[in-house]
Amino acid sequence: MKVLTGNDLKTGDVIWWTGSGWSRHVDDAVDVGAQVDEILATEEAARRVNVPYVTEATREVDGSVRPAHIKDRVRALGPTVRPDLSLKPKDPEALDWII
Amino acid sequence: MYQYDQYDQAMVDARVEEFRDQARRRLDGSLTEDEFKPLRLMNGLYLQLHAYMLRVAIPYGTLNSAQMTALANIADKYDRGYGHFTTRQNLQYNWIKLEDAADILADLAKVEMHAIQTSGNCIRNISSDHFAGAAHDELVDPRPYAELLRQWSSFHPEFTYLPRKFKIAVVAAEKDRAAMRLHDIGIQIVEKDGEVGASFYVGGGMGRTPMIAPMIRDFVPLSQLITYAEACLRVYNRYGRRDNKYKARIKILVHELGKDEYTRQVEEEFAHMLEQGVEPPIDELERIKPFFADPAFEDGVKSVDRSDPDFALWVDRNTHRHKHDSYVSAVISLKPVGGIPGDATGDQMRLMAELAKQYSFDELRIMHTQNVVLPHVKIADLHALWTALDAAGLGAPNMDSIEDMIACPGLDYCALANARSIPLAQRISEKFDASGKTEKLGELKLKISGCINACGHHHAGHIGILGVDRKGIENYQLSLGGSEAEDTSLAKITGPGFTEDGVIEAVDKVTDVYLSQKEGEERFLDTYRRIGMTPFKEALYDKA
Repeated sequence: MKVLTGNDLKTGDVIWWTGSGWSRHVDDAVDVGAQVDEILATEEAARRVNVPYVTEATREVDGSVRPAHIKDRVRALGPTVRPDLSLKPKDPEALDWII
Repeated sequence: MYQYDQYDQAMVDARVEEFRDQARRRLDGSLTEDEFKPLRLMNGLYLQLHAYMLRVAIPYGTLNSAQMTALANIADKYDRGYGHFTTRQNLQYNWIKLEDAADILADLAKVEMHAIQTSGNCIRNISSDHFAGAAHDELVDPRPYAELLRQWSSFHPEFTYLPRKFKIAVVAAEKDRAAMRLHDIGIQIVEKDGEVGASFYVGGGMGRTPMIAPMIRDFVPLSQLITYAEACLRVYNRYGRRDNKYKARIKILVHELGKDEYTRQVEEEFAHMLEQGVEPPIDELERIKPFFADPAFEDGVKSVDRSDPDFALWVDRNTHRHKHDSYVSAVISLKPVGGIPGDATGDQMRLMAELAKQYSFDELRIMHTQNVVLPHVKIADLHALWTALDAAGLGAPNMDSIEDMIACPGLDYCALANARSIPLAQRISEKFDASGKTEKLGELKLKISGCINACGHHHAGHIGILGVDRKGIENYQLSLGGSEAEDTSLAKITGPGFTEDGVIEAVDKVTDVYLSQKEGEERFLDTYRRIGMTPFKEALYDKA
């Protein structure tokens, strides 16, 4: 699947396109298919997203979304060296998910 | 240390309000990101992996307690309680909100700080020797000259849009503690026939094409320092490539023209400029110098009580000889075992500020090795200082050891990185500390970069590690034999790269080779230079 991601204009937070808005959680991401240009035109004009781009990901059997590239997985969760600052600070398997 | 006059303060205050308006216009949609990006970068505001990142300039690495405290308060108020000290003696915040950025700049301006020219194709923060003004071996304090260069380069209209970024370092000792020859311009303050002047080294740098700057002039009178620097910049600004950012640094121009031809053009420009009289009046340098006058040193004890072995080790490792024999410069390690090199919490920054006030005439320095220095500490106060540092996790006795590695933020934070750097640093420090090998290895400078841009100075490491992306998997190249000191050299790659686990084992193996081959008091680098790469390669790659 192709997912759309970027950073929140005001806060800089990593965000993922959910089909109707943006979420900080990659598992909420949807396949954007051929709608990218349309979404980007609307969202950039609405000043909700900064530096958006499309990236490859897979939806796992449990429904979670895993970006294909390690850089996007780091973006999705947070720095591997500061799990306390990540989106899943109490998940002992978060690092394995990234690497 | 230097204090702003009304012109400095007015410039910085005006810049804050200018940026406040620019940010407001970005947030209300008046500016697109393409329009806003160069404006935010001129104020040190990047967009990194997780958030905006703000890089704050610390001129030649010198700051006072109030400034360090302000940095701590910003970390707590606007970021996530910590900051990251960088290899250019600056500080970076990793979790900044655009809507807060102007307020942060305003808080910085209140303590005579800013983020101007910490990004973009301009002259960046001038760096210098972290022991400047304190070291026993310096000719003079290089900071007045660095400050003069700072004033000259700030908002210099001719050099706002250079072909690429431009970094200048100034030192005034034979021992190079600022990687001077790996800068676009390295200036060494020297003495010739009783007169103080400057040697100019031009065209050094790391990045994807590392080069050591050749000396293009051995002596420039101080009354012509700025004019000569400007001539170097002018030739670069005129002929530096703008068609390819990877070939746009001055090192490429000097290399392609050749040192002699580049120097000829600089000298021609210099002669022309001397006629125009662009040099600031020498009175300006004389105005600056008193800001860097020695504090009121007092005679005191010359040695420490070594009965506590932990304290004695820290003194041996983390203090540097001072020009006054009752004082030392004390290095505060930001490399605790398993820690993140260069990171300090708000509380740690406030403590360092307080200790500077108490023990070091209110002064601190940032090292390009991502540590902090209290430059003027009475030997009599060392035990009290160490006790306070150790209690706060700031007492690691590891300066210049393998545990005192440089590591860039890498893929954990940086949008340019291909691989993570910090986890390697953490694992290597844990491994070597646990094995007790660190002490046996002595001086061993390990430097880790997460991409070819080399912010972790891997080209200049006795052992260097470069992270690369191999089909989506982190891979690490090992290199040996680099130095950023006065014996500057570039490290050579050992061979095929390693996995994360593999490169840690590889570092272990090359240190074993060193320990088995070293003669006398040789450092790792000395042994490598004597025996060459072959024994190390055999240890790393021979399958037998």
